[in-house]
Amino acid sequence: MSLEAKPITFAILSVVVILIGTFVTMFLPLMLPSTQPVSDYIKPYTAVELEGRDIYIREGCNNCHTQTVRPLRTEVARYGEYSKPEEFAYDRPFLWGSRRNGPDLNRIGGKYPDSWHYVHFKDPQSMFPKSIMPAYAWLASRKLDTSYSYKKVSVLGYGYTEEEVNRQIQAYKAKVTSNSYAAKQARDAVTPPELRDQLTEMDALIAYMQKLGRDVKQLKEKEVVRHISQTAPDMIKNPYEGDSRAVEEGAKIFKNNCAACHGEDGSGGICPSLRDNVWKYGSTDQDLFVTISKGRPGGMPDWNNKLGTDNIWKVITYIRTLGEGR
Amino acid sequence: MKDNGYDYSVVRGFAFSALFWLIIGLVVGLWLAAEMVYPKLNLTPWLTFGRLRVVHTNGLAFGFGLAGIFACTYYILQRLTRTRIAFPGLARFHLYLFNIAIALAALSLFAGMNTSKEYAELEWPLDVVVVIMWVIFAINVFATLIKRKEKQMYISLWYIIAMTVTVAVLYIVNNLEVPVNLFKSYSIYAGANDANVEWWYGHNAVGFVFTVPILAMFYYFLPKSTNLPIYSHRLSIISFWSLVFGYLWTGAHHLMLTPLPEWIQTVGIAFSIFLIAPSWGSVVNGYYTLRGRWDLMRSNYLTKFFILGITFYGLQTVQGPTQGLRTLTAFFHYTDWVVGHVHMGTMGWVTMIISASLYYMIPRIYNRELYSVKLANVHFWLILIGQLLYTVTLWIAGIQQGAMWKATNPDGSLVYSFVEVVSAMYPYWYLRLIGGLIYFAGIVVFAYNLIMTARRGAETVSEAQPQTA
Repeated sequence: MSLEAKPITFAILSVVVILIGTFVTMFLPLMLPSTQPVSDYIKPYTAVELEGRDIYIREGCNNCHTQTVRPLRTEVARYGEYSKPEEFAYDRPFLWGSRRNGPDLNRIGGKYPDSWHYVHFKDPQSMFPKSIMPAYAWLASRKLDTSYSYKKVSVLGYGYTEEEVNRQIQAYKAKVTSNSYAAKQARDAVTPPELRDQLTEMDALIAYMQKLGRDVKQLKEKEVVRHISQTAPDMIKNPYEGDSRAVEEGAKIFKNNCAACHGEDGSGGICPSLRDNVWKYGSTDQDLFVTISKGRPGGMPDWNNKLGTDNIWKVITYIRTLGEGR
Repeated sequence: MKDNGYDYSVVRGFAFSALFWLIIGLVVGLWLAAEMVYPKLNLTPWLTFGRLRVVHTNGLAFGFGLAGIFACTYYILQRLTRTRIAFPGLARFHLYLFNIAIALAALSLFAGMNTSKEYAELEWPLDVVVVIMWVIFAINVFATLIKRKEKQMYISLWYIIAMTVTVAVLYIVNNLEVPVNLFKSYSIYAGANDANVEWWYGHNAVGFVFTVPILAMFYYFLPKSTNLPIYSHRLSIISFWSLVFGYLWTGAHHLMLTPLPEWIQTVGIAFSIFLIAPSWGSVVNGYYTLRGRWDLMRSNYLTKFFILGITFYGLQTVQGPTQGLRTLTAFFHYTDWVVGHVHMGTMGWVTMIISASLYYMIPRIYNRELYSVKLANVHFWLILIGQLLYTVTLWIAGIQQGAMWKATNPDGSLVYSFVEVVSAMYPYWYLRLIGGLIYFAGIVVFAYNLIMTARRGAETVSEAQPQTA
């Protein structure tokens, strides 16, 4: 075959052959707007969130965490609504990842309060003894470098003016350094005194965590509120009340899902104590059920999909044994 | 030298560079495996898993893999063209530039300068260096080909040409980015497009670094080591063109069930299935080359490496497309199964073939016998056992992980929290570490054997082996 005697022709032909599949599966989609749609509901990152995202990239978080929930029943139950293409319009680079040594993070925003993240980044094993995540306490000892923030958002075309960028940075700084910041205690526990009135890298990373999936969740919020008011029956009672096997099983579920925030023995931590007879959102069976299954503002995630009705009642049965009853 | 002025110094340089980066990359890999069971080993920021993993993948894929490929290419190229390398000085510059680039790559990744795009993590200044290096390499490849003394180009040269042009296209297109400063840049693509470009690159980096040049070695060194001609020239032509054509369509099988448009995913998986045929074309060609001479598996230590290597390639190219199918990817993706899959390819196929190729070349370059065939056999068995322990363990781990993530109660709720699944993985991760240690021991034997060959190998060996190509 004469082609085998013509290296340059051979090379040109090779290029042509590899460009066919390249054109159809890579170049063509790049030209189609439907590959990466843009939605008004999805907002670009603020300068602080973007700095947090760059720290996420720098630390290689994407090597262990994905950011795409697949449209599979169990995946939606574990993480929340599956990922839509328009959510990623501002992601350069994309951070979908390829391996879950840790859980998916595309719906982490708003799932836990900031304080949860401060405690968790500081020492993940203090919340989950078998967790394999590295401790990132040192991120709180580093002042956030914002000298390139404006240049970054300009390169990315987010459309902020320099004043807006400074305002975003000052506003977030004011929030986390304020005495009324809900996560003040957890933040102070990890942030060295000289940086407590500054923005740290951990602050920015947490701002980024809380942005992930937030816009999509806000879209759904109204719908969910309506859903609760329609479906919660008038007076529901715990079917397991006083059942000792349910207490045992509930204790196990509590340990695996709730203890990280509410403490191993329910005496509180990042989240309120469950032993003190103070019930912020009501103390009836129905109140507790709604609190757990639908979540509450300020950090309580909704557990309905993850745990299911049956397990939630068992946990309630267990919780009832913690204090003096109700 | 009796080889009419072939320049082997650069071959030697790349061969020992490969060995050096192999050891470094494996030590980093062992540290990562240990971090999975002792998270306290994330001692400093630059030793955290997230930063270290990219040092491992880049160090082995590009430090070890590419150095081995360059060594073999400069050797095969000269032998098959019966021509001295066109620009020996440029080749030597290539060698230095390569090692500087890999060292800077490792340092910058340790420091957290990375773009996050898998197997393309280097920041833009290093991308520029890589492109310059590749152009230098390509100039030598084509200049040598043009002034060749052998009219016909043997199969291995086709694969070398395909690698040279395709890697250039892949690397440049995927790494287009806008710099913010010297250490930071942003991809020019956004979201789903960025994902699609990245995995078009990522999958073909596997194809044109871990497959195509390794096949060039296989097609050259198997016949040379056994004195048997390759079974079918026609089969190798069909395999080559269909492989090179099919590979570029398949990147999306890394993105199944993500927000990437569904048609791209479907095209990706369809062509992945198609690719089984050309892959097995080479497997069959290798097996039939040994027809009637399977006794060489016992009497010729190199044959074992090549045949086991091509066997793992065959398994790899069936496992890959299969696990990409929608129903199976839903179960296996994101689990340890995939980590096991990758390591069968790299520890089984790539390293087996590069090892054997170095065993073939180094004694001939130094005009000596290999220091110890016995040690080469020890090396073979250690890396085989280590790799199997590693991969089989992670496949089982992946099955359990996938099953636990998906387990539901009768009311549809989940049985296991995420951290419960992590807890269940510890025994497998210990076993993986042990597999890695056995494998590493084999590589230490390999390095020792080659270094001793270079320093004081036995008698001179005759180069007068019949040319099969």
